[in-house]
Amino acid sequence: MTDDGDLVFRALADPTRRYLLDRLFERDGRTLTELESELEMTRFGVMKHLRVLEDAGLVVTRRSGREKHHYLNPVPIRLIHDRWIDKYTERRVSTLAELKTELEESA
Amino acid sequence: MTTMTAQTTQVYSLFIRATPEQIWEAITKPEFTAKYFYGSHVDSTFAPGSPFNSWSPDHSQLWVDGVIEEAEPPTKLSHTWRALYDEEAAAEEFSRVTWEIEPADGGVSKLTVVHDRLEGAPKTAASVAGGWMYILSGLKTLLETGEPLAG
Repeated sequence: MTDDGDLVFRALADPTRRYLLDRLFERDGRTLTELESELEMTRFGVMKHLRVLEDAGLVVTRRSGREKHHYLNPVPIRLIHDRWIDKYTERRVSTLAELKTELEESA
Repeated sequence: MTTMTAQTTQVYSLFIRATPEQIWEAITKPEFTAKYFYGSHVDSTFAPGSPFNSWSPDHSQLWVDGVIEEAEPPTKLSHTWRALYDEEAAAEEFSRVTWEIEPADGGVSKLTVVHDRLEGAPKTAASVAGGWMYILSGLKTLLETGEPLAG
């Protein structure tokens, strides 16, 4: 397996794709037509972005009759969280959080 | 109508460096589920029509019950699901969990979990949303490293 992390980071490095993920987070299982109506972009353009998200595993498609539904798959983000966020930031983030609480309490 | 159906389906998917047989074992054997599924012990013969139960670590409480709908080792398992660990969720209708396992290139397999029929189980839907991610991340770690997910 190639490092899936590469595909995920690349997929997330685009505002349109992040926007699409946010739309699916809001309401999952949308069709291409539904997603397209939320963007000032050609159907082909939206399809291309969805393809990148699908290759990264961030979107999973399921067919139901003639319709293809797009589902947000949060697992790759969770794996990145487990791999990176926990390891490097837990202590620093909690120190900063404590500092914030302290400053806000004394303010 | 379509969107209603769609909203009551949750899909989770990931690649695991393991064979479909190893993943099947991890899903169907209590000594494995104990290590990534909140310590729970799965309990079923996995024959279609037979009960699907998931017990608390000391077997004093039944956390989830259901019925096996489909079992095609090692590629597909489908069972109904009622969350008994939460009083409100326990009063809801049965939903359904389907595990799909496909071999992929390079010694990895793709595992997809579809939790659907959540129309009559909004509390369950809300309670499992974060849970599946945690469980699947733990399952991947367990199969790839032999160790449960830390913390």
